[in-house]
Amino acid sequence: MDELIFFINRVLISGTVLGSIYALGAIGVTLIFGILRFAHFAHGDMMTMGAFIAFVLAGLCAALGIVTPLPTGFVVLPVAMVIAAFLALGIDKGFYAPLRKRGAKPVTMLIASIGVTLMIQGLIRLIFGSGTRSFYDTEPKDIFRIDMSAFGGTRPISITEPQVLMFVVTALLVIALHLFLTRSRLGKAMRAMADNADLAQVSGINTALVVRVTWVIAGSLACVAGVMLALDVALMPDLAFNIVLPIFAAAIVGGLGHAYGAIVGGFLIAFAETLAVFNWTAVLRPLNGLLPEGMALPANLALVPTEYKLTVAFVILVVTLLVRPTGIFKGVST
Amino acid sequence: MALIELRNVVGGYGGAPILNGVNMAIEQSDIGVIVGPNGAGKSTTLKAIFGLLRVTGGTIEFGGRNIANSLPDALVPIGLSFVPQEKNVFTTLSVEENLEMGAFTRRDDFKDTMDWVYQMFPVLAEKRRQPAGELSGGQRQMVAMGRALMSKPTLLMLDEPSAGLSPRYVIEIFETIMRVNKEGVGILMVEQNARQALAFASRGFVLANGQNRFTGTGAELIADPEVAKSFLGG
Amino acid sequence: MSAAEAEIRWLDRPLYRGIALFIALFFLVAAAGVSQGSASMLLILVQATGFALIALGLNIQWGYGGLFNFAIMGFLMVGGAAVTFISYPVNASFWNSDGPMLLGRALLAFLIGAALVYAARQTRRLGLRGFGYGLVVVLAWFIAYVIYRSQIDPAAAYIESTAGFIGGLGLNPVLGWLFGGLLAAAIAYFVGKISLGLRTDYLAIATIGISEIIRALIKNMDWLTRGTMSVSPMPWPTPLPQALQANGVGIADSFVQARLGFLALAVALLVIIFYVIQRAYGGPWGRMMRAIRDNHIAAGSMGKDVTGRQLELFVLGSILMGIGGAMLVSFSQIFDPSGYQPINHTFMIWVMVIVGGAGNSWGVLLGSLLIYVVWVLSDPAAQLIFVNLSTLTQNMGWGAIPEIDSRALQMRVFVLGVVITIALRFAPKGLIPEVIRREG
Repeated sequence: MDELIFFINRVLISGTVLGSIYALGAIGVTLIFGILRFAHFAHGDMMTMGAFIAFVLAGLCAALGIVTPLPTGFVVLPVAMVIAAFLALGIDKGFYAPLRKRGAKPVTMLIASIGVTLMIQGLIRLIFGSGTRSFYDTEPKDIFRIDMSAFGGTRPISITEPQVLMFVVTALLVIALHLFLTRSRLGKAMRAMADNADLAQVSGINTALVVRVTWVIAGSLACVAGVMLALDVALMPDLAFNIVLPIFAAAIVGGLGHAYGAIVGGFLIAFAETLAVFNWTAVLRPLNGLLPEGMALPANLALVPTEYKLTVAFVILVVTLLVRPTGIFKGVST
Repeated sequence: MALIELRNVVGGYGGAPILNGVNMAIEQSDIGVIVGPNGAGKSTTLKAIFGLLRVTGGTIEFGGRNIANSLPDALVPIGLSFVPQEKNVFTTLSVEENLEMGAFTRRDDFKDTMDWVYQMFPVLAEKRRQPAGELSGGQRQMVAMGRALMSKPTLLMLDEPSAGLSPRYVIEIFETIMRVNKEGVGILMVEQNARQALAFASRGFVLANGQNRFTGTGAELIADPEVAKSFLGG
Repeated sequence: MSAAEAEIRWLDRPLYRGIALFIALFFLVAAAGVSQGSASMLLILVQATGFALIALGLNIQWGYGGLFNFAIMGFLMVGGAAVTFISYPVNASFWNSDGPMLLGRALLAFLIGAALVYAARQTRRLGLRGFGYGLVVVLAWFIAYVIYRSQIDPAAAYIESTAGFIGGLGLNPVLGWLFGGLLAAAIAYFVGKISLGLRTDYLAIATIGISEIIRALIKNMDWLTRGTMSVSPMPWPTPLPQALQANGVGIADSFVQARLGFLALAVALLVIIFYVIQRAYGGPWGRMMRAIRDNHIAAGSMGKDVTGRQLELFVLGSILMGIGGAMLVSFSQIFDPSGYQPINHTFMIWVMVIVGGAGNSWGVLLGSLLIYVVWVLSDPAAQLIFVNLSTLTQNMGWGAIPEIDSRALQMRVFVLGVVITIALRFAPKGLIPEVIRREG
């Protein structure tokens, strides 16, 4: 029983946490690719930016003496999302729209997004320094422990408060996005434009409006993902820079331009990473009794050493690109 | 007063102009057909009207005002609609969603328009939930026309609606176009099946080198020996 | 025509524009020398020369071939590891231990694994298709991986616990630079083979992934590279300041003289490579490459082997990156895998090439020197601003700005971002654009 609990704690819960973050990020990447046809490299830094916005807001709340039952960083999330959405619109207007107007190639847009990455990252480090910060300097991080002794386990299933909140928020956002894309006029227009931008224009769809909506969604989802990550781990200026590649891997594996594919891809990459570094000995230890005298399972039976966790995503990415470049779901081609 | 009137339209994609003075006039009751050899500027004329390329000279009057260089999202609400030749449906969207996209510029209830379209193309009503990409070529053409009709246009422009269709469907499409016209929608279309199309056209335009060569009713043009010799393959 | 107009026309000619810009650059470097001292100026110049080599490598790939490479950091690290292996003194405690034998067994395991995968791929000839074939190949990969890991893990643990790491061969660093180029070429060949067929944006992501994999490997293979513990001091091909001091040169002078010596060697290498590149670019080879870049479909239909030529460019460019990366490590005398960042070692090179003018070697040379000097100087400049701001805030009673040093360092990143966006917006072809010569 303890082995199963260990598995749940280490794989199921942390895989789902990571998957939620990857999925929320990958949706933004995939939507921007579908509508604007370029790989938006600065997406990871929009996540970091969102986390820092929430951090500043939470600090303001603390300074004003506002105490909330839920983590403050979580309570200020809606406001942070709005600010992040506006910043995303501003970034588009300032840096991408002029190039788009000139008819720049996707490669140029990609390089421009790297310029934006550097600017955001430089600014964040200039303002906040390069140290690590935490949302939990002033309040404790609640941990829920589900007692499993009734099932013969000695250890509890433990899950932290931000993790629970993250599951709920991710689920709600995914449902909301689904409803938006399939029920609303603008959501359908967005799918139409991703499908066939020329025809969308001919149909009289206000493509500039669709572009703005895309940035609003991508920016606010990136903000949520960044805050979630910061709540779960810690807040660093290079928080999301390290995560932008798995996110791209998720978006590509799911098929670029395909929002549902991005969600599946996010969880796929996250669980692949978690399972690859999971030490199977911990679960298989009872088998030691079945082995002949003098033989035992090695102490560490992880497929990949922990320090190579990031490479798992790239290996999946490269294999996907080689075997099925359009992703598991057929993505947008060129 | 004509529904749409082009006077000496000159335009192109930036380089040398493709249109060198096109003149046309269509009433709301008309079916106008543009024919001519490859590269004559037939599709380009439609695109110029619809703001998809730069008009550098002349005027395009629609409903009494000059619409040259207006963009589609301004033209669709005032009654223009366009069915491109290729890639004219949203393949990943369902048939019904395709129709809804045609009504994007409308803020009023378009339920009755959709019923009207389904009445005209009953087969689409059956397949309303199916992705348009799964339909046959002829059915896709119907989706494309249906989408364009959803904005309740007064002028429907079609770029080679019969291209790539089997002869059976060609007749069906032409019959549909006539039916749409009877419902009070002016038609302006480009056709490769020139003889067949001119047969039911009330206005025919023969273009060559970006200019009008002959203008008249469809029957007149078919009867004109010179047109027949040079443009209708004898 | 007014005088101002004449001047603009005059500056529009690439040659004059280039000369003017290089003169401006000379004054910028001279100003840096005056303000920072000649030893610092030489330090900047040597490093800038190394980066110029790397930027020329990227120019071959992107400027001549239109190939996207975001794996520059990986190639620099490969070069650094190579020069460490060749030039670092021999580690006797490794060679006298069981280490070489264990590594030999690991190599054997690797070869067995490779043979297994090869054999699995041949089942296609036996008529295996679809899911069955995929299963066999995946299984073979898995077994090969397990076999290799079962040998390399104990070997690595043994070496790390007894000898620390395998050490070097104690040979001349210049040999190490060449080996760095060779190793980078070998890796570029495989990377290019698997990824050059991808669309540009996919290629960008794939190469970033590959460079991160290389970084993770070099950072964590402690037995080979000492990992995060870093290797130093690395020998120089030219006399070190310490050696000059032993011969009676004053301390301050010894640094200037030693760095001058290194700079002479580096510049000589740069000049030779630059000359070769210019000759090749102007000749039939360069014409063919440009033809492929500008219209690879037409070039392909004319019977040119497009993929082969692109692979050639990718490998050639990577050689320069390996050499440059090795040279920088030699010069700084330390190989520290945790010091490599995509910002400093991949994106900065891109900024150099784009700002300078992709496709024009002179432009890239100018861009690399200019951007490196700007990169280095934006740190003290930002510090100056911060210190002044800090006194201002103190005077206003808000207290001093904390962590000025570490923050000012980040100004570079921001400046780089601003430079790249401005360049894309207002000078997308670079300061000295590629000159398109039309014959006849």
